This record gives sequence, C-alpha cells and structure tokens, in this order.
Amino acid sequence: MRISIKRAFGCALGLAVVVTAAACGSESAGGSSGEGLTLWTHNAGNPQELAVVEQIAADWNAAHPDKKVTVRAFPQAAYNEAVVSAATAKKLPCILDTDAPTVPNWAYAGYLAPLEIPGDVLTKQLPSTVGKYQDKTYSVGYYEAALGLFARKSALTAAGARIPTLEKPWTAAEFDQVLAKVKAGGKFPITFDLGTGDTGTEWWTYGYSPFLQSFGGDLIDRTGYKSAAGVLNGDKALAWATWMQGLVKKGYSPQKSSADAFADFVNGKSAMVWSGIWNSGSLSKVDDGLVLPPPDFGNGPKIGGGSWQWAVSSSCPDKATAMEYLRTSLTAKTMAAFAEKQNVIPASEEAAALVPGWQPGGPKRFFLDESKELAVVRPPTPGYPYLTTTFAKATQDIVAGGDPKQVLDRAVADIDRDLKSNDYYGF
Amino acid sequence: MAVSTSPVRTVAPAKPTSGRARRRQHGQGRTGLLMVAPAGVLLVLFFVVPVALGFALSFTNARLISPKPLEFVGLDNFARLLDDPVFWTSLRNTLLFAAVIVPAQSGFALLLALLMNVKMRGTNLFRTLYFIPVVTSIVVVSILWRFMYQPDGLVNSVLHWMTGNVVRIDWLNDTSTALPAIMFMSVWQAVGFHMVIWLAGLQTIPAELYEAAEIDGAGRWHQFRYITWPGLRSTRTFILVTITIAALSLFTQIHVMTGGGPLDATSTVVFQAVRVGYQQQQTAYASAISLVFFLLVLAISLIQRRLTRERNA
Repeated sequence: MRISIKRAFGCALGLAVVVTAAACGSESAGGSSGEGLTLWTHNAGNPQELAVVEQIAADWNAAHPDKKVTVRAFPQAAYNEAVVSAATAKKLPCILDTDAPTVPNWAYAGYLAPLEIPGDVLTKQLPSTVGKYQDKTYSVGYYEAALGLFARKSALTAAGARIPTLEKPWTAAEFDQVLAKVKAGGKFPITFDLGTGDTGTEWWTYGYSPFLQSFGGDLIDRTGYKSAAGVLNGDKALAWATWMQGLVKKGYSPQKSSADAFADFVNGKSAMVWSGIWNSGSLSKVDDGLVLPPPDFGNGPKIGGGSWQWAVSSSCPDKATAMEYLRTSLTAKTMAAFAEKQNVIPASEEAAALVPGWQPGGPKRFFLDESKELAVVRPPTPGYPYLTTTFAKATQDIVAGGDPKQVLDRAVADIDRDLKSNDYYGF
Repeated sequence: MAVSTSPVRTVAPAKPTSGRARRRQHGQGRTGLLMVAPAGVLLVLFFVVPVALGFALSFTNARLISPKPLEFVGLDNFARLLDDPVFWTSLRNTLLFAAVIVPAQSGFALLLALLMNVKMRGTNLFRTLYFIPVVTSIVVVSILWRFMYQPDGLVNSVLHWMTGNVVRIDWLNDTSTALPAIMFMSVWQAVGFHMVIWLAGLQTIPAELYEAAEIDGAGRWHQFRYITWPGLRSTRTFILVTITIAALSLFTQIHVMTGGGPLDATSTVVFQAVRVGYQQQQTAYASAISLVFFLLVLAISLIQRRLTRERNA
C-alpha cells in the first residue's frame, strides 16, 4: 500500500513536471511558429486604437492566409514590463509597438532588429515618427502626438494679451506679463496649470523638458551623449528651474494639480493649461478655447516629439515577413484611420490630406505644423530610462521647492555616474 | 533541499532500536520528503533562490536591460549607498515611521480590543467596522486617502468645520505633514487586524482570574496590570514583531500617494529599492539596498527577540 502511494505521488509529480514543460514548450517560441507571426501592442485599454491595429492585421491576413498575424493587446501600464520579461525569456513576438524614447534602449539591449524599409517610404514620415539609434532605423509610427498651451480666449483678451501664433509665439517676458495680468484679473483660481498631478514619470520629461530646451538647456549633451554637465546644470538650466519653481511660488500653478488638470480647465478653474493633443477633443466644451504654441524662452519654442511606434524583434525567425507587414501597413489610409479614430497627428502629409480637419488651414492643422516645426525628440540614447527618471525626480523636487542648483547638480552627478558605469552606452 | 529535510528529521524518533524500525523510519523519511516537496520546491524556487541571487547581484553591476556581461564590482554599490543622500533620507523616514507606528498601532489596537471584549450588544458590528479597512485593498485605501488629503478634500473640510479657522494644509505636498499623514492613514488601515489578534489573546485569559481578582477587590487598572498584561505575553511578542516588519517594509502607500515626494520626505528604503531597480533598471544597486534592508530587519528582529525573551525569563 505504502509503495503504491509513493508511486502515485512520484507519478503525479513527474506528470506535473512534464505537463509544465510541455505547456512551456507550446508557447509559441520566438513569436512565430508554423501558423504565422505574433504582434504585441500596448493599447488594450484604448478600444478605438486597438480596432485600427486589428483591422490592419485582418487586412494582412486576408491577403496572406499562409502568414497570419495574431494580435495580442496589453494594458499600457504593464506593457514595458511584459516586453522586458518576454525578452529575458527569449519569447518576444515578431512585431511589437514601443514608446519612442525606449527604442534606443531596446535596440542597444538587442531586442530589436534594424528595419529594412525603403528610404522613400520613411522620408514621407514626420521626422519624429521614425525611431533611430546610431544611424539605423529601428521603429516607425503611424501617428504623432503634440503638446499645446490650451487657453481661454476671453481670459487672454481681458488681460490685454496678444494671441500668439506659430510664427510669432510669446516671448518669455510677454508670457510673464500675461500670467501676472490674468492672475490679477482674479477670475480664475489657477492661472496656468502645469498639470503636475500626473505621478507617472514620463509626463514629467515629455511635458517639461521642452521648456528646458526652450531655455537652451537639455537632459544630456547631444554632441556626444557622454555627459549632462553644463546642459542640465548650467545657467540656462538654472533659469528654467527657477522659472518652473516661480510658477508655483507666485501662485500661477498649483504645486500638485488635480488628477485631471484638463477637466479643471474645461470647468473654468484655470485660465490656461499645459497639456497635449489627446485632450484636444474636449476643447470644444470650452466656448472660447484656444490651443497655442509654447512661449519662446530664448532658444525657440519647443514641444516633445515621439509617440508609439512599431518595431521588429531581433529574435523573430521570419523578419522578412515582419518587415513586409510594417512596410505595407505604412500607407496614408491606415495613418488616416488612426487620426480619424482618435486625437493624434497623422504621420505623413498624404495621410493628413485624407482626414477632415488636417488639411492646410483645417482646424486640427495646428498640431501637425507645430510638430513639424517645434518637436524635439527625447534624447535617443540607451541611457534614456535613467535620464528620464532622474530628470522627472529633479523636476518634481524643483516644483516642490528644492534648491534648483543643488537638485540639478545632484541630477547631473547621478546621470554622469550612470553613463560612466555603462561605458557611455556604446557612444 | 536541506531546508525541506530538516523538519522531517526532527519529527522522526531519535534512535531506532531495530533494523526493521530503521527501515520503517527510512520509509517514513522518504514519504515525509515527498510530502514536503511541493512546499519545499516552491520555497526554494521563490524564496531561497531569489534571496541568494539578490545577495550575489549586489556585488555586481547587473542591470535590468543591458547587452553587457555581468561584472563583479566588489563593494562599489555599497560605497555608492553610503554617499547617496536619498538612501539616508529613506532610512531615516523608514525608522521614524516604524518608531511611531509600532507603539501607536499596537497601543490603539489593544485599546480597541479591550473595548470590544466586553459582553455587550453590538460589539460584532463594531468589530466588523474596524476590520473593514483591513480587508480592503491597500491600493484602494491609499487612493481614497489621497483624495481625502487634497487641499479641498474631506480632511481639510472636517478641520475647517471643527475649528472654524481658515488654515489650509496641503497634507501630502508639505514636507512636514506628508509622512505624518501617511502614518495616520496606515494606522487607520491596519489597526483592525491587530485588534483581532489582541482580542484572540484576551479571550484565552480565563474568566475565573478576573472573578477571583474582583473578589480580592482589585480595580480595573490592577486587573489589567496583573492579569491581562501578563496573560497577553505571547500575543504581545507576535504583534510587536509583525507590526515592526510591516512598518519597515512600507511601500504601497508611498507608491500610490506621494511617489516618495515632496523632496524625498516620504521616500522609504523599500520604495527606493523598487524605484531604482525597476524604473531606473539598476538591478545591482537595488539588490544592495535590499541586502542592507534585510540586515536591518534581521538586526531589529533579533534585538526584539532578545528583549522579549529576557523579560519572559
């Protein structure tokens, strides 16, 4: 009896091991097996965008029944972790989307394969929708996003302010006057909401580093990507930090905005808000809502560049098909579909011509022109994850009242140590 | 596997007298081993291996994403730790949190338990009420309290109404109030759990002792001092150790409510380790922080054990 129990135990254990192993084995290794290719996307929480992605895959599958593409959607918050774990386990899908600033990091880590997409296809794209690292293209996007200064026209005219344009944005001094006069008007509890309620790291870098670049500073010295000294703690960066802190100290912007600063703007709590194209759909709820370019703090007005883009994994056994899939999907029609379904900028002029509102002179055109003229991509270096977390924390500390010089010197020391300990990430 | 075999050996009889018994013991040992195997394998796989890996990694330059091979860097990470102001602030915050939470939470829980322990109608209702926060997800509780602590949130509204003054405290964005605010909320959330444990301890004390004490003319305070308090000896140790460890590993509230801010006023050791290890991809440095944290918790637990043992003897 004892022996049989033991046998049963042993068998059960052995069986469990075998089953687990088999289950592991049957997971499509490398994202591709006989049936076709797997595609991962971050937009499980965004049904409109996912629908377009699925439509592209369905069109492809109808034309290529032997090389079908299977779409798997993840929630955005868990997406990067999923990719990193999959890469560690060598189970990356063939095609995946990536947030633009992470592309160099993943390319450096060997997750991504350089794209073989003809140059004439890429030159039609908005420059910031093509992800490059060390002269090779690793990713390409169907759309772009843009920042904007949303304002109430009545608040500006009451303050006697000029309405700025892309050709003639506000200067730093003009903007300072506008802020002072709107606040003095006393009609709005918040003069200019920076939108600091977002606890996620990336908004802090995407949203506020363009101000720093407009002052003439940057996250890292882009001539060699080997140091942040001077650009992140020089006089210009200090001027930026003092200005940011001043917005809070002078009572123009709350130290911590509410979770949805744009809703506050729509509800009349703020006269101006720093936000992005993703909120432009709600702008029509404000009778006299405007979207304006950011002020020029000396080095020209700047906005952030780079949104979600598509890449091919280096472990894909059938890279040629994956590239073909991306190449054939980069049509004006698909880009137009994205721009129609949600508030994004179509990635090429051809696509913009297809979507109502995006033609020259159209009501949405501002964002396309703004992106073309003002967008600065976040530093394309594999060290970006460290750069962005360090910069975001420094900005949070500055907004919370930390000494600008001390905070920025510390950030530079941290970034330079990280760069050095990584052999400057191959630069 | 050494871990899984040791309990089996201690259970087995010390000295088998005959060969048959030895064989039987041997058989028992193997069955025991098999029975322990599922738990043992999981424990080794998900506890022993990661802990050992963490220790080993803290002496290397491991990072989350890098094509570079792992390199042994000796004590570099620990040297960096000594020079890292965020680490010292985090350590100070963590110790301060524990120093306040341990007495406040256990004391308040005991008070509630004593109140709950009377035989009266409606105590079950109160027990449930105090226990509700414990069974609510800490993330949900943190989000709710974040709203309540907003400048125009519930907490400030109540303060206005009670005091009639116009003082506005931005609880979570002020370096002097952020950590106390999180302490208060943490006690509120976890006190029910320890109340139930105190209550269980209280109910093991025989009622005859109190009856006898009453006959002897002992008052409420003397009953507590000479019957209740000694009767709760083992409960006390358990509560002390569990609250201390929970307090030292403060993370979720920080992650959800403040992100370590403002100006690191609420950064804790565990929060810093997670931030550095995942967001900043510095696996090795995070391992070093975790190793120091482990040693800290170990040291504090050993001291606590020693202190409680001495008092017991």
